[in-house]
Amino acid sequence: MEFSRRETIALGLGAVALSVMPFRVHAATEEVIAAFTGGADVTDGGVTLTAPEIAENGNTVPVAVNAPGAAAIMLVATGNPTPAVATFNFGELAAAQSASTRIRLAGTQDVVAIARMPDGTFIRAASTVKVTIGGCGG
Amino acid sequence: MASGVKPRVKVPKKAAAGEAITIKTLISHKMESGQRKDKEGNVIPRSIINRFTCAFNGKSVVDITMEPAISTNPYFQFDATVPEAGEFVFTWYDDDGSVYDTKKSVAIG
Repeated sequence: MEFSRRETIALGLGAVALSVMPFRVHAATEEVIAAFTGGADVTDGGVTLTAPEIAENGNTVPVAVNAPGAAAIMLVATGNPTPAVATFNFGELAAAQSASTRIRLAGTQDVVAIARMPDGTFIRAASTVKVTIGGCGG
Repeated sequence: MASGVKPRVKVPKKAAAGEAITIKTLISHKMESGQRKDKEGNVIPRSIINRFTCAFNGKSVVDITMEPAISTNPYFQFDATVPEAGEFVFTWYDDDGSVYDTKKSVAIG
C-alpha cells in the first residue's frame, strides 16, 4: 500500500490532532481559570499553598493559601468534576491575605491557587495531593 | 436544608487597636455536592452554602465564594485587623435562599 503525498500529509495532521487530544481533559479547569483571570498571563511564585502530600480522606483535605498583597485568591482542584473550589476576596480589614479551609478532592490530583494582585497581574502555586479515598463518590 | 445549621465563630474578646487577630469559623451544614447518588441511583440535588462574608463595623474582611468542593461543615480561618472597638458580622448564604448570621463584639484593651 502506497501513500500519495496528499494522504501522507493528512495522516500527519491526524497524528498531531490525536496527540493534542489529552489536553481536552483539562478544558474545564482552564475555563474556570480563564473566567477568573480573563485570559491574562499567570506567572509562578508569590503564592504559598499548603496542602498535605497524602490525604487519606478526600472528603476533608485541609489547605491553606497565603499571597501577601493579593486582592483575591482562587482555589482550583484540577481533577474534580467541578474544578472550582472557592474564591477568597480580601477586604480592607483583612490583616493578611491568607486563609485556610477544608476541601473535597475526587482523587489524586494537582490543587492550584491563583492570586489576583491589585495591579491586575496573576500569580499561581500548585501542589500535588495523593488521595487514598476520593471525596465525591456515591 | 435549613435544619440543624449552627454557626460557630471563635473571636478574641479583646484586642489592641490595630492588632491583627485570627478568626476561626465553622458552620454545620451537610454541603450536598450534587455529585452523589442515593440507593435508587438518583442524583441527590446540590444544596450548599455558596457564599460567606465577614465584616467589621461595615467594612469587609473577607468575602468567600464557595463551590461544592468545600467540605461538609465549612471551616474557615483568616486574619482580621481591629482598628477600633466594634462588632464582627459573619454571614452565610445558602443555596435555598436562607441566610445565617452571627455577631461577635470585640473590645479594645
